[in-house]
Amino acid sequence: MAYDLAVLGSGPGGYVAAIRAAQLKLKVVVVERAELGGICANWGCIPTKALLRTAELLEHIEHAGDLGIKVEGSVKPDFDKTIARSRQIADRQAKGVEYLFKKNKIDVVRGSGKVVKQAGKIVLTVDGKPIEATNILLATGARPKPLPGIEHDGSAVISYREAMSLKKQPKSIIIIGAGAIGIEFAYFYAAVGTKVTVVEVLPHILPVEDEEVSVALKKTLEKQGMTILTGAKVEKLEKGPPVKVTVGGKVYEADVCLLAAGVRGNVEGIGLEECGIKVDRGFIAVDQKTYRTNVEHIFAIGDVLGPPMLAHKASAEGIACVEGIANHTVHAVDYQAIPGCTYCHPEVASVGLTEAKAKEKGLKYRVGRFPFKASGKAMAASETEGFVKVLVGAEHGELLGAHILGGASTDMVATLTMAMTAELTADEILSTVWAHPTYAEAIKEAVADAYGEAIDI
Amino acid sequence: MASVIVMPRLSPTMEEGVLSKWTKKVGDKIMPGDVIAEVETDKANMDFPLEDEGVLLKLLVNEGDTIKLGAPVAILGAAGEDPAQAIAEAGAGQPAAAAPAVEAKKPEAAKPEAAKPEAAKADAPVSSLVTKEPAPGATARILPDPMKPAGNGQTGRVKASPLARKVAEAKGVDLHEVEGSGPGGRVVKRDVEAAAATGATTQLRSVPAPSAPSVPFGPVAEDQLVQPSQMRKTIARRLVEAKREVPHIYLTAEATVDRLLELRTEMNDAGGAKISVNDLVVKALALALRRVPDANVSWTAEGIVRHGRVDIGVAVSLPDGLITPVVRAADQKSLGAVATEVKSLAERARAKKLKPEEFSNGTATVSNLGMYGVKEFVAIINPPESVILAVGTTEKRPIVVEKDGRDEVIIARRMTLTLSCDHRVVDGVLGAQLLSEIVKLLEKPMGLVL
Repeated sequence: MAYDLAVLGSGPGGYVAAIRAAQLKLKVVVVERAELGGICANWGCIPTKALLRTAELLEHIEHAGDLGIKVEGSVKPDFDKTIARSRQIADRQAKGVEYLFKKNKIDVVRGSGKVVKQAGKIVLTVDGKPIEATNILLATGARPKPLPGIEHDGSAVISYREAMSLKKQPKSIIIIGAGAIGIEFAYFYAAVGTKVTVVEVLPHILPVEDEEVSVALKKTLEKQGMTILTGAKVEKLEKGPPVKVTVGGKVYEADVCLLAAGVRGNVEGIGLEECGIKVDRGFIAVDQKTYRTNVEHIFAIGDVLGPPMLAHKASAEGIACVEGIANHTVHAVDYQAIPGCTYCHPEVASVGLTEAKAKEKGLKYRVGRFPFKASGKAMAASETEGFVKVLVGAEHGELLGAHILGGASTDMVATLTMAMTAELTADEILSTVWAHPTYAEAIKEAVADAYGEAIDI
Repeated sequence: MASVIVMPRLSPTMEEGVLSKWTKKVGDKIMPGDVIAEVETDKANMDFPLEDEGVLLKLLVNEGDTIKLGAPVAILGAAGEDPAQAIAEAGAGQPAAAAPAVEAKKPEAAKPEAAKPEAAKADAPVSSLVTKEPAPGATARILPDPMKPAGNGQTGRVKASPLARKVAEAKGVDLHEVEGSGPGGRVVKRDVEAAAATGATTQLRSVPAPSAPSVPFGPVAEDQLVQPSQMRKTIARRLVEAKREVPHIYLTAEATVDRLLELRTEMNDAGGAKISVNDLVVKALALALRRVPDANVSWTAEGIVRHGRVDIGVAVSLPDGLITPVVRAADQKSLGAVATEVKSLAERARAKKLKPEEFSNGTATVSNLGMYGVKEFVAIINPPESVILAVGTTEKRPIVVEKDGRDEVIIARRMTLTLSCDHRVVDGVLGAQLLSEIVKLLEKPMGLVL
């Protein structure tokens, strides 16, 4: 059986690319060594959202009295049940991907894929057996990045994988790294009653986000009871038990330590070097439009290309890549407008430039802000934490960046992303009629505020 | 069903046109390719052909009306059909926005590739040179082909993002000229910026030249407010842009042209095409640019375009403006060929019959006011060109020459030349090298013939 396209990896990059390719009448095979759906469905985006839902609900119940609900008796999280539910959802996700492959007549080969040179041509092999395919798409994703001197052992020092499947709830956890993964686990564990300490080497938590958001979120999370150390380098880690982490000369103890200091591309063991496929600083080098590597018929997408390492970026690249392969009109990826989300509570979502980046680029811009305290909907829902902050170009009023901290921000950011991608300007945003009362109204008000024209503040 | 005919794009920079004459009337049967009207665009009088068949049911505009691109001008349908419905649907008489509501007839002229065979034939020697590639090693991108239909392939409405529209307005870019790279060919900001940088909207070759108006004696009775013609508007916009954007420097030199004039007399006496002094200057500028290729360049945001071709624009004055038709590959053509071509271009320019590709994409320009007795003058560069040569009058002047070690005053025929250079790419010394090559070629004119 000769395929038009062989996809290595079935994560949100690979499986989406495979389905899109099948829609475009390509004959597709997907190679996967682990669960279908990749990290996103099995060990990332989705199962963590299941955990976070439990955490958020607990927090709401804690404040239910404010909303006129008397909660009598004790409200306690059931850790085992929470983990079990999360795993169930992951399984369902994987089955969903399997179903979609069947529906789209995509073949699946289980095993470890590797590109090898055979008779002068580079082919994809699975556990040594070659797959005949005209094009090969590498979508191998990423895995946690180790820190020098800190070794992941799965028990004392764990990664996100163990953190979402622990048999027993730890009494205390030290989380190294305050990116999205670190903060989401910090929020979850703090909500279920684990003592949480977050250590971040950079000056702010969520270092890729706008500083105002990072600063405000840190205060909120501290109020929720966690200890956050920023600008703090881990000097020493002893596995214990208990795990002892030395930061700034001070020793912090915990049952486990979660290493969440970023991820790195899965470029090893898949035959890149042997086949002369170019790897640049740990990521596969491709042409940014076609996703072609330096080898004519080999393509790559997603985390293995480098940051931003996000599921939706991988999916978008997968679609654009196979549309190019199939000679279809390409829905090109707009790299200026890739949203990023962190699902603690209040949530964080953003798209485009932070104010620091805009400054660094020497752009002339206006800043507009709108606090949820001034939003009727937020007040009614008792979700007044946070704000919308927008940066608009001084000359033309285009959206340069938008940053939201607040209850509904990860859904609100879609509107802003579309506005950026469509190159809307403040004029279009302000002449849009925004439904009232909604959280989204805050977007319009923030843009108006950039011109000193907000109504409700 | 009756359909609405809208004003097509008849020249690359056209945004509106004056329907100067209906050549068909209501009830006339139209065959594909029939010209239904003449339209004065910003550049020339153009024929307005249709590619559809039918009967002209109604004319919606009067001769002399100014009509925006895409605005309805007439209704085409079957004999005896009632045009009322098509008119209603088109919101006839309304501006262009109404046009997309009905099936707009694509005019033939909007597709230059489909030009009539006889036009293509007459045009062949010129157009075959239009798309010449830059010299090997040139790193520059090829400037957009001005004859390509508007980026969106539409006549009226352009698909563009709101931001692209704002940037276009700020930069004075005509969105019709911009190739869209966004979803579905939509023009987005980066397209407008690229177009502004490469001067894709640069079409009119404009240099100052008097149109020899008849000066009235005595005071004019009263001030009048005159609406500028399309051409006048374009000239105004382009010249302001050029003076504002391009840092001009001016270099002046004199050439002794006795031998040149003798050569010209001999050549003209020998028969063949009559060669003018201006033709000789055009050829000299072309050859000089070949010798000093660093001056045959354009400044763009992407980088400096080094032109592989030498295409010389010749400013031609018209009663209501001026236009600069281009002699392609002037360095490679014989003087006779240059002379014949300039004559034909100038005649057609005055008749407003130039095709857009005949006045686009030169690499340098000659503007000559010598025949008006102007001793010397400075000209405004036509971006994205980097030099323009202003030619003053040729006259007998006393000059000091050294003969047998002694200074001697003799009488020679001298011509004053002023080269305007875009200092971003052509520094003083480079400009001087070019000017000195021009002078050399004019003083030792055999180089122009060989």
